[in-house]
Formats: sequence, C-alpha cells, structure tokens
Amino acid sequence: MIREPLIFEISEKGKRAFSLPELDVPSKKDILRNLPVRNEIEGFPQVSEVEVIRHFTRLSQTNHCIDVGFYPLGSCTMKYNPKINEKIASLLEFNSSHPAAPLDLIQGNLEVLKTTEELLVELTGMDAFCLQPAAGAQGELVGMMLIRAYLGEKGDPRKIVLIPDSAHGTNPSSAHLCGYRVQEIQSNKNGTIDLQSLAQNMTKDVAALMITNPNTLGIFEVDIKKIAEIVHSKGGFIYMDGANMNALIGVCRPGDMDVDVIHLNLHKTFSTPHGGGGPGSGPVGVKRVLKPYLPLPIIERKREKYYLNFDSPKSIGKVHSFYGNYLVIVKALTYILSLGCEGLKEVSEIAVLNSNYIRKSLEREYFLKYKTPTLHECVFSDKFQREYGVENIDIAKRLIDFGLHPPTMSFPLIVRGALMTEPTETESKRDLDLFIDAMKQISKEAKKNPEVVKYAPHVSYVRRLDETTAARNPILRWTEKKKLSRKE
Amino acid sequence: MSYISLSDKDKKEMMGKIGISSLDELFRSIPKDIKLKRELNVPPPMTELELIQLFDRISQKNNYQNFISFLGAGAYRHVIPYIVDYLSSRGEFISPYTPYQPEVSQGTLQVIFEFQTLICQLTGMDIANASLYDGASAAAEAVLMAHRLKGRPKVLVAKTLHPHYRRVIQTYVKNLGVEIEEIKYSETGEADIKDLKGKLDDKISAFVTQSPNFMGITENLEKISDLAHSVRALSVAVIAEPISLGIFEAPGKLGADIVAGEGQSFGIPLSFGGPYLGFMACGEEFIRQFPGRIAGQTKDVNGNRGFVLTLSTREQHIRRERATSNICTNQAWCALRATIFLETLGGEGLKELAWQNIQKASYALEKLSQIKGVKRKFKGNSFNEFVLEFSGGFKKISGFLRKKGIIGGLNIGEYYPELKKCALVCVTEMHKRGDIDRLGAVLKESLKAK
Repeated sequence: MIREPLIFEISEKGKRAFSLPELDVPSKKDILRNLPVRNEIEGFPQVSEVEVIRHFTRLSQTNHCIDVGFYPLGSCTMKYNPKINEKIASLLEFNSSHPAAPLDLIQGNLEVLKTTEELLVELTGMDAFCLQPAAGAQGELVGMMLIRAYLGEKGDPRKIVLIPDSAHGTNPSSAHLCGYRVQEIQSNKNGTIDLQSLAQNMTKDVAALMITNPNTLGIFEVDIKKIAEIVHSKGGFIYMDGANMNALIGVCRPGDMDVDVIHLNLHKTFSTPHGGGGPGSGPVGVKRVLKPYLPLPIIERKREKYYLNFDSPKSIGKVHSFYGNYLVIVKALTYILSLGCEGLKEVSEIAVLNSNYIRKSLEREYFLKYKTPTLHECVFSDKFQREYGVENIDIAKRLIDFGLHPPTMSFPLIVRGALMTEPTETESKRDLDLFIDAMKQISKEAKKNPEVVKYAPHVSYVRRLDETTAARNPILRWTEKKKLSRKE
Repeated sequence: MSYISLSDKDKKEMMGKIGISSLDELFRSIPKDIKLKRELNVPPPMTELELIQLFDRISQKNNYQNFISFLGAGAYRHVIPYIVDYLSSRGEFISPYTPYQPEVSQGTLQVIFEFQTLICQLTGMDIANASLYDGASAAAEAVLMAHRLKGRPKVLVAKTLHPHYRRVIQTYVKNLGVEIEEIKYSETGEADIKDLKGKLDDKISAFVTQSPNFMGITENLEKISDLAHSVRALSVAVIAEPISLGIFEAPGKLGADIVAGEGQSFGIPLSFGGPYLGFMACGEEFIRQFPGRIAGQTKDVNGNRGFVLTLSTREQHIRRERATSNICTNQAWCALRATIFLETLGGEGLKELAWQNIQKASYALEKLSQIKGVKRKFKGNSFNEFVLEFSGGFKKISGFLRKKGIIGGLNIGEYYPELKKCALVCVTEMHKRGDIDRLGAVLKESLKAK
C-alpha cells in the first residue's frame, strides 16, 4: 500500500503547479518600502500539478464516504447527497455573486433565500425563519440569544436553562455561551423527560428547556404538550434541537407542539453534504413573539422585489459575516423542491421503516436499554458483548473490516456503551442487510473469538490509532526539524 | 425525484419483519392531536430537468457577473486553479462525515493536518485549528478566548475592523459581561495610536486589529502588539484578505498572540457570502483555551503514521457546558479547498499573486486619484483596497458607473457616516489593466457630465 507522505515532505524548490498571466501594469520596485515584508513563507510547499492531483486523489481513497457505503451514524442523518444539488449550487450566477452587490443585481439570490425561509416555515409550523447561522450549534446559540433578548427586555433574562440528560453536547455548550447556567433534567424509565423532575426544576429562574424531539434515543417525547405547558406556565420557552427532524417531516410539526424556537440542520435533514465536517447550515425558526429579535438583515419582499431590511431595533445583531452559508441553502432548496410534498413525507416514513427494521433484526443480539418505540434511530448498547470483554468501540472498529462505518458512540450519555444507529431513508434493503449481518457476525465473534473484534480493524489503511499519545504529546503541524525520511 | 432505494417488495418484507401492516403504524407513538392532518403545502415533486429549468430562471435574475466590479470589503474575487474544483468535488471528500473514526478518515484528517500547518506557516503561529465558520465568528471566538485567558472586563477593537465582524463580536459577547470599546482611526487610515495608548490599561484583555484593515490600510502590527503587551493585554490580529500574507510578514512574527481570519480568498468562490472559511492560530501556550477541532499526528498499532482529532477535552462533545466553544460542524470542505489552493500555488505562487494584487491596486489608486474631483482618502500603505473620496459624493457617480457596466466600489458611508463621500475600491489579479483604465475613463466622464 502506498503511504501518502505529507505534501511538505515531497516539496522541492523550482517545482510549480500554478502560473499567472504577466503583470500588465507597470511594476513598481519600491512598492514594499516601509512595509513589513517577508522573504519567503517558511516551509511552504512547492510541487507539480501531477503531484497535487495524486496527493489528494490518494488521500481521498483512504476515506469512507456516503457515495461508497452505509453510514449508520445516529443523530447525524448521513443520507445520500443528490448530485443535482451540487450542479445547481455551482451555477455561475449563484456562486460568483458578491455579498455586497447592489440588490437589483442579486434578486435571484434573495428569491432563493426567501423561498427557503417560507418552505421551512411550512415544514415546521413556525412563524418565521432566519437562515444566517452557519451550523446547528450556531443556530442553538442564536435561539438561546433570542430567548434571552426577549426575557431581558421584559426585565429579567433569568439564569438557568434546563437540558435533558440525553442531549447532545452542543446544547449545554450553547446555553453556556449565552450566559446561562445549565441544569440537567433526568430521563424516566421510558427514556423521555420525567415530568415530575421537570416540574420541580421549572422555576421562574428558568429561561428555557432545550429538548430534542424525537430525542437522541429516537424516542418521541409523547408528553410534549404537557412539557410545554409546564414550561410556559412559568414564563419559560421551549427550544427544540431539530437534529432529528428527519423523523417528522410531513408527519407532525414542532410549531404545532408548542415549540417556541427550533433550529434545523440542512446538512442532516435536507441532504446537503457533510464535507468531512462542514459546511453545514443551521436555520432558526421562531414563533411570532420572538420574530423581532431575529438576526439582521431580514429579507423582505415588496411588489415582487426583494430587499434587505436592516432596520430592526430589537434584533440580536449579526452572527455571520454575510447571510449564512448561501450555497448550502441553495442545495437544500433544490432538495426540498425535488422531493416535493409527497416525497418529503416519504423521507420520514422510510427513514423510520429502515430504522425499525434494523432494530427488529438486531434486538436479540444487542441490548436495548429502552423498550419504548423508536422512530428514525435507536440506541443499542454493548451490554451483552461486554461480558466477553468486547466494548462498543471494538464493535465499531470491527464494522470497518466489513466496509461499513461505525455507529455513533459518544452519546447519549445515559446509555453506557452506546451504539446509536440511524440508517436514513436512502439506504437499500441490501445495504441494511449487509449491516445487520455484519453486526450479527460481530456479536458471534465477541463470544467465540473476542480478540478478532478487540484488535479490529484489520484491513484498513491504518489500524487502531494511539489517541492517548496524540493528546499527551500533541503534534499539531508538520515542522522541518521533524522531517521524516521518505521510507518512513 | 425520489432518493428512496426500497422496492415495494422490500417494504412489504420489512413491514412483515417489524409486524406492521401500514407505514402509519410506525408513528403510533406520536399523539394524534399533534399529527399533521393535511398534506404539506409544498409544490409537487420536480424532475432533474424541471429543477435545472427552474433554477436557471431564478439564477438569471442575478446580473452581477455581467459587471466589471471593484467590490471587496471582506469578500474577494481571486483566481481559482481548476484542480481545486476538480479535486474538492470528489465524493470521497465532499460526502464523508466528520472524521471521528480515524481509521476510515485518514484523507480528511491528513488534509486538516496540512491545512493547520499551512495556516501556521502563513501566520507565524505554533498551532491552528481545523476551521471556524467565517472571518466574523473567528474574530468573535478570538475575543472570547482572549477574555478567558486574561479575565479582564474589556476588549478594545479597532474601528477599522470589518463592520460586520464588529457586529458579530458584539452579538457574541453581549451576554457574557465583556465590554467592547472601539479605537478610532487616524488620518493615515490606521488605528489611532494616541487613542489606543489612552485606552490601554489593566482592565483590557486584548486589542483586536485587522490588517490590511477595512480601509485597505496596512497596520503597524509590531507597534500595536508592543503597546498591548505593555499592559499585559493580548494582541489579536484579524486577517480578512489572507492573500496579503504572501508578501507581508507573518503577524506572529510581529507580536500577535492570536490570529483570526477569513480564508475565502484561498480557492473559495464569492458564493454570495458563504460558505466561507474562518481560521484561527495562536501560540502553543494557549492551547487549552483554543476553540474548535484540531487534528494531530500519532501512530497505529503497526507503527504507521496516522492522524486523529485530538485534544477533544476542550470540546463540547466531551466538556459540554465547560467547552472552549460550542462549535461542532465547521467548514472542513472549505478548508480542503484552501489546502488544495495553497499547495497548488506554493510559496512562490502565493507571493506572485500578492505581488500582482498590490501592483494593480497601486496602479489603480495612482490613476484614479489623479482624476479631478477624486482624492485618495488615507495616506497609509494599502494592499489591494483603498478608499477614494469624491468631492460630489459617491452615490451619483456609482449610478453613472452602473449604467456603463461598472460597479465602482462599496459605498463605505453606509458603515462610516463620516466617510459618506467615499468608496472602498478593490483591485485584484482578476482585473485587467483595461478594466482599471476603463474605470478611470468612465469616472472622468461622469465627473465632467455633472
């Protein structure tokens, strides 16, 4: 196997992969006088075009990706990314327009934004949307800021945000960044919010409850209306993390469940590619009372013309350099329109069907802490396998040998040894069965030959990596001194 | 279109396995009273052909690309080598998840490691992260980080920091008890050193400067950093136009403690403002307070080199409310584009690119400021942007230029009322000499016409 070196290790002076036309204005030799000039950029690579192509192509081939295979990552919604979305986003008129261009020259862009806002309003039952947040976590932050701005104006921003113990890590982190103290709410034996615990903790010091529905166990919060009532009766708000919207499209709407603020992840529910970690897009939807606080500018339409309204005195301000991850929004709009009314509902139906098929197929081999019905994902654990010394991480790594990506393991924290599995609607039965068979095989191996699981993966480009040393003695960049010999 | 891969037979078999006879039964756990009892009010499905026709029509309502434009102001049109598009559109790069499973993500991880190295080399810092959302949020994260490190109540921000970045900083700090105070700019267009000296004291966590700043003027980072350090505050340098780092000394070598910026110029199209690429770098002594994902080098059980996401105890998925930032998804794919861009250009290419920018902008500045009624506003040194003052104001002239197919620049008075007669003009390698000459000729014509 070719082990691809770092580009810096193959760099040699005199190689080039780039050229510019000759400078066509008179060159001033003394132009840099009085300026702090650098001689060269120390260590910067210098390679040929063929070397760049081979370098990145070889590196790309060491990645698992959705175009190659199944990605059962729970709460990440790794669905297929339709290629037509990329084509539409690459239209010259979209991708070459300047964010400060005169409004009459970017009416198409504004129409895309406004149309997307309106469609998201319909899909969620909220009253208004803002597309500016660049990812889910920024959406959460904006949502919390809106609540804080509203309460602050009423005289008391309050101090606490309640968050269920099953929540994703960004929830507490975003609440904290908005100046709130986080108080955890325990889940009951069904895996949902415990109403008694909620009622006890819900005081007039609580600004909001951040929920995820269906929650990270894939379980629908059946008492959502009662939960909202408890929170609203004390003047608090319901914030919903929309990470799991893929279970609900066309089935029910957060706005109809008395949710006050929601963020969506266009890179999850609406099929835009994850890109190895981003860019995402985290639009925020609100009920009418919070609308005046939305980030600036607001896109408005008057007599078939779109314009940007910066005059919104109660707005929390701006959270993005410009209008958010515009081209990601273009892709999401293409997706929504391509599926249309029927197709959107089918997304949730099939996502939930696929997930329940996996659950049913594996529930004997893998422990399910909560027996409650689940929607688009379910959380198994390694409880049965742990008896043989095999943990969730081992199972995950062994799946790699089958050409599959591991499920999510880092949360929910209330399931020890979690294997959170979300297939999405785009997987074929054949791919689901490949996963199911592999999981069954691993369960057998755990009993009979646990070593093969514990030392997995066996056939990947690299084998299990030493993450402890990576954190203890961090090497976070290449440096000339440590230049490794080519052979290594 | 539909992207479902199940046949009717598959569905039937799967429903049989689960023990249901209709798909509705899957949603039995959802109370009836909150179920949607009507169809979604969304148009019917569209085929690929219809989508192309529809979006062709919508995109044609944009007309920006038919103009010769001199807009910059934090979003720059630069050359993008074709291989950046070619390589970055590979499914193996665009369709994977965050590389939490390193054994199947070495490509993404090694790219991040190379990206971090390139950013360190450009900025002269020890460590860089895997990216942040954009320049504005990177600046805001730098302010929050400086506040965590110093714990003092105030942060000083140059008024010549991009107005949107300042606005985003304000939004981010509003609920955290950090006070922001602005530093005026001087006649040269640089941060006013007197004002800075007067406001620097032991209540200040950091001073944030952009260079080249919003007026296009290069700041004296060395002097500014020394002043910040004299009260033991941090010097935060913001780079909104990173092509400038091809010829200007690295901020780290001039005393900056944290460098935050916008990497859009590195191979990312204008895209109506996003997705762009926030980046951040600092000295290694600050690593525990550094936000965002970081890739690190390690070995596998066979002793082969490999890369992993590391130091994650700073991050939200481990540290929850005590994390250094709430960021999770970042701009990884944009960082990939920047990495391909920079490795294709190499040090020499980037230097030449920067050289052409400064030369062309200088040519334009000289040419345009000779026109009667047009004045160079600031005497400071510029890179590829400069402010022009029009004795009769810019608004009318801007309209005239538009009719001639030119967008002359940004009406900077929208952000700085005292500059209401001024425009911020950007010239890059993409402008041919003829474009600049034409701007000059049309300007002359418009001023005569009045």
